[in-house]
Amino acid sequence: MILPRFTDDLADLPTHKFGPSSLTWWGIIAFMVIEGGFFMLTFAAYFFLMGHEQGWPPEGRQAPDVLAGTLFTIVIILSEIPNTMIKKAARAGDIPAIRRLILVMTAVGAILLVIRGFEFNSLNCRWTDDAYGSIIWALLLLHTTHLITDWGDTVVLGALIYTPVAYEGRRQVDVDENSLYWRYVWLLWLPIYLMIYWVPRL
Amino acid sequence: MTDVRADAFDAAPARQSERERVEAENRQLAEERKKIARDGPKLKGEKLAARLDLAWRRPRGIIGWLATVDHKEIGRRYIITALGFFVLGGIMALLMRLQLAQPDSNLIGAERYNQLFTMHGSTMMFLFAVPVMEGVAVYIIPLMLGTRSTAFPRLNAFSYYMYLFGGLMLWGAFVLNIAPDVGWFAYTPLSGPQFSPGKRADVWAQMITFTEVAALAAAVVLTSTILKCRAPGMTLARMPLFAWAMLVVAVMIIFSMPSVALCSGMLISDRLVGTNFYNAAEHGDALLWQHLFWFFGHPEVYIIFLPATGFVSVMVETFCRRPVFGHAVVVLALISTGILAFGLWVHHMFATGLPRVGYSFYTAASMSVSIPTGLQIFCWLATIWDGRPRFQVPMLYVVGFIVTFVIGGLTGVMVAAVPLDLQLHDTYFVVAHFHYVLISGAVFPLLGIFTYWFPKITGRMMNETVGKISFWLVFVGFHLTFFPMHLSGLLGMPRRVYTYPAGLGLEVPNLLSTLGAFILAAAVVLFVVNGLISLYRGVIAGPNPWGAASLEWATSSPPPVYNFEHIPVVESDTPLWDVEGELPVVTGLRVDEKEILLTTVVAAAPDLREPVPAASLWPLIGAMAVGIVFVASIFSPWALVFGLVPCGIAFAAWFWPKELKRNPEPVIS
Repeated sequence: MILPRFTDDLADLPTHKFGPSSLTWWGIIAFMVIEGGFFMLTFAAYFFLMGHEQGWPPEGRQAPDVLAGTLFTIVIILSEIPNTMIKKAARAGDIPAIRRLILVMTAVGAILLVIRGFEFNSLNCRWTDDAYGSIIWALLLLHTTHLITDWGDTVVLGALIYTPVAYEGRRQVDVDENSLYWRYVWLLWLPIYLMIYWVPRL
Repeated sequence: MTDVRADAFDAAPARQSERERVEAENRQLAEERKKIARDGPKLKGEKLAARLDLAWRRPRGIIGWLATVDHKEIGRRYIITALGFFVLGGIMALLMRLQLAQPDSNLIGAERYNQLFTMHGSTMMFLFAVPVMEGVAVYIIPLMLGTRSTAFPRLNAFSYYMYLFGGLMLWGAFVLNIAPDVGWFAYTPLSGPQFSPGKRADVWAQMITFTEVAALAAAVVLTSTILKCRAPGMTLARMPLFAWAMLVVAVMIIFSMPSVALCSGMLISDRLVGTNFYNAAEHGDALLWQHLFWFFGHPEVYIIFLPATGFVSVMVETFCRRPVFGHAVVVLALISTGILAFGLWVHHMFATGLPRVGYSFYTAASMSVSIPTGLQIFCWLATIWDGRPRFQVPMLYVVGFIVTFVIGGLTGVMVAAVPLDLQLHDTYFVVAHFHYVLISGAVFPLLGIFTYWFPKITGRMMNETVGKISFWLVFVGFHLTFFPMHLSGLLGMPRRVYTYPAGLGLEVPNLLSTLGAFILAAAVVLFVVNGLISLYRGVIAGPNPWGAASLEWATSSPPPVYNFEHIPVVESDTPLWDVEGELPVVTGLRVDEKEILLTTVVAAAPDLREPVPAASLWPLIGAMAVGIVFVASIFSPWALVFGLVPCGIAFAAWFWPKELKRNPEPVIS
């Protein structure tokens, strides 16, 4: 065995940092790319199927009603306000503020899930009708999965934030990265909103 | 290091007392932090080894065995499981060759034959080739990078269990006679509800779901490990070529696997809940399947091939005793192959009828991918030419690879031309081509690298003489099997058809192929027997038996559970060749809890100390919950709804700390 030659001592290195220094940040970015790839390919399938049609929606079908979807879009965009606040609170280590705001984010997620239910009801088509119906349902269902998993994630994190471990720096990094992910969830929604509600009206 | 900013609390009395309590806690934790034992000049050698062993060792017994998060154990299991599936897939191949040994044979009927080639292809692609490369990487990458664990070790364990369950489901279905019979690519409309009633195609599609979740999880683990866990000083420019190859492969998996996930998901929903993605009668399109499948399927080929080029670079360097010629060129070739691989998928679809521009574009793209691969081959040749090559067993596989792969590459350039492809599509010429590139491009380097890393993993050398005999048997058996397939293909013999009539000149090439297949099988058996005997009787290897340069050889063979007593520092491309008797190390990591060092992405400067999760059963339970949902969803779509609950519980428990109190330094319990 080769003998060691001692150089630096790293005992004073920190055990958490925000942003790209954090290992979980890279994990989250990787999962975002995976999900983003999944959505991009679904978009590609949407336009591929649309390219075969004379009209979009195909003749005899009605485009989805815009009310629920638009309401959903307004709420999810506004949710970035508490989301930015909780991200700032996480970086400042302001535990009381994190505890307040994570309740707000959980409530926002629950409200969005309710509105989402109405969206399914306003599509004016069934997934079994034709390829158009299938892809519209696929888009909405995929984003709902996204929404449910993030909401579950926020609930578990929220529960943890109300325990003493909230004061560990790494938990604040978790909160920071959870808001990063939420940003991704709502940004991805915008093209889906256009594709479900407005492309069929062009 | 204060975790909480004091001025974040306002002045209300209740807040005031909370603030005081937290501050007092901070002070107390800071005191405790000072007492934590760390490695260094005062704590080294045997005393350090004993404490590290205690901290890193997993719990004993069957529970500990199932709960392990040690990358070496998981990597070993990945490799052994993949080899098991390799043998099963090989047996399928032998059965097919027996059937095809003579014309008009009735040994195996058409239906069973369909299952055999489907099982062979699916097993080799999804259960052997990709997982075995990931398994080797999971074992070796942390050692090569000079760290003690992969990133996200529990995700790593989860990945293995998902892979195992997917494989067991497919082979369980085979035993129960519900094996898929629609080819490893499961083209619609054949695989759709109309032409494949029953559950065979669903089994295939869910096997895909299992293995793609496993592969994606492993890809996230490998990407994060390679980017964040390298030894200090191992800049991206100094990173070993195998790590580069695996980084490119992991990113390719991340970009390509969603495509097969999407298309197989849409297939299942067409079959299960009546969507119409591929149903032409309701404006769906069967070609959508082919586009999505090959957008994954073509990169998949390079996902199998690029790790093997990493192996070749590793072996060429060691056995020629000089760094690989044109290190930067090889890295750029890996990256450009990774990018070009996403622009080629349509060349699998030339026979489906495409616009003229599509033909020209994808022909040009297919031919251009041979350029970076050619560059790599020239770099290896230059290394051999300029070095002092030792032709030990691993190096023999390298030479066998270069010779054989060039032939396969050339037939690849041939079928990239549309007129020729239309002639040869779905004939044995294509079978010959892709076995030349996949077996010589992946299995030859793999057998070489097994021989090469066997002493690191087991502590003993494989027998050299037997190794040479099995190499020559592999080489001869391979060419005897697959070269005649070029001829039978040119004579017009179609793929995936269970027999052929006499009198067309196909008898001789088919008989030769069958003969070669059995020689190849004998060679693999000999290789495995050599491995098993050497495991107990082989010469003791010592830390660095081949005189290699990279960090995995700086620790003992087999490595201790914590890999390295101190974290090594890298000062050159070939660290072990350039240190003068002493290996520079950094110190200060904890010895009583599992901890690794994170470094910055490009420069590999020390960045953070990171706790490593303790062994846990939750990845296994999570994989079981997800597995049950996947299997149940073959039968009812409600499985996906109700299944959310057990999966959610398992994943929440995985994340939830076992003790809800603050520690002086973070641990993941």
